[in-house]
Amino acid sequence: MNSDKSHMPSPRGGSTAKRDGKDPEWANGLRKLYDSVVDEPLPDSFKDLLEQLDTKD
Amino acid sequence: MGGTERTASEKAEFKRELTEVVPHLRAFARGLCGRADMADDLVQETLLKAWAAQERFQPGTSMRAWTFVILRNAYLTDMRRNRFRGEYDETVAERILTAPAGQEEPIHLSDMHRALLTLPPERREALLLVGAGGFSYEEAATICDCAVGTIKSRVGRARAALNTMLSDGSIPKRSLQDDAAHRAILEELDDVAAGNGIAARS
Repeated sequence: MNSDKSHMPSPRGGSTAKRDGKDPEWANGLRKLYDSVVDEPLPDSFKDLLEQLDTKD
Repeated sequence: MGGTERTASEKAEFKRELTEVVPHLRAFARGLCGRADMADDLVQETLLKAWAAQERFQPGTSMRAWTFVILRNAYLTDMRRNRFRGEYDETVAERILTAPAGQEEPIHLSDMHRALLTLPPERREALLLVGAGGFSYEEAATICDCAVGTIKSRVGRARAALNTMLSDGSIPKRSLQDDAAHRAILEELDDVAAGNGIAARS
């Protein structure tokens, strides 16, 4: 609704990388690009592969 | 490695953690190689390698970082075999355009993705890890097996390049139709395939 910057997810690892107000606006897009793939439903091929792992010993 | 055979419950835990990082592996791979189908192939390869190497994983450490190393190595190997030569799929960008959340920003994610793909691979992966994946510089350096200063420099250069492209609007428009952009991508890949990369250009 409001500015997106306020609810950026907290860094998932470490806090060294700067993520403050002086990031250019595209910096948020970079994260969205990544998150848009993370949020995609997992294709069945992956579910199949993960299920098969147990038999690969 | 002394054969520390994993127990069934350790294997189950490993698999649970591995399953959890799959979406992140897909996102990292997509950013690296641009094409959704190739990215997913890469992730599948990564999962099989990770499973086979699970005894080398230290429980309690970051599964995401550990598997990113495997994915990265698989990507570099594939790239040396020229598997990703100039492959950019517009449908990826279209799909990304339909991404959730506030679409207000003047910069479309497809522009973002195109711009990202014009960066030299070393800088692209550094920016992906730190700017998108949320890794610290230290973690990114470990994943890329290089010095922290090197990662900082790559991220800095990547940011500067994106600033120029996105702020000036000098993004390659349609990479498959825009010869200049397409050539630029091919040249980057040629450089990397020839073992040059950044070292040769600066």
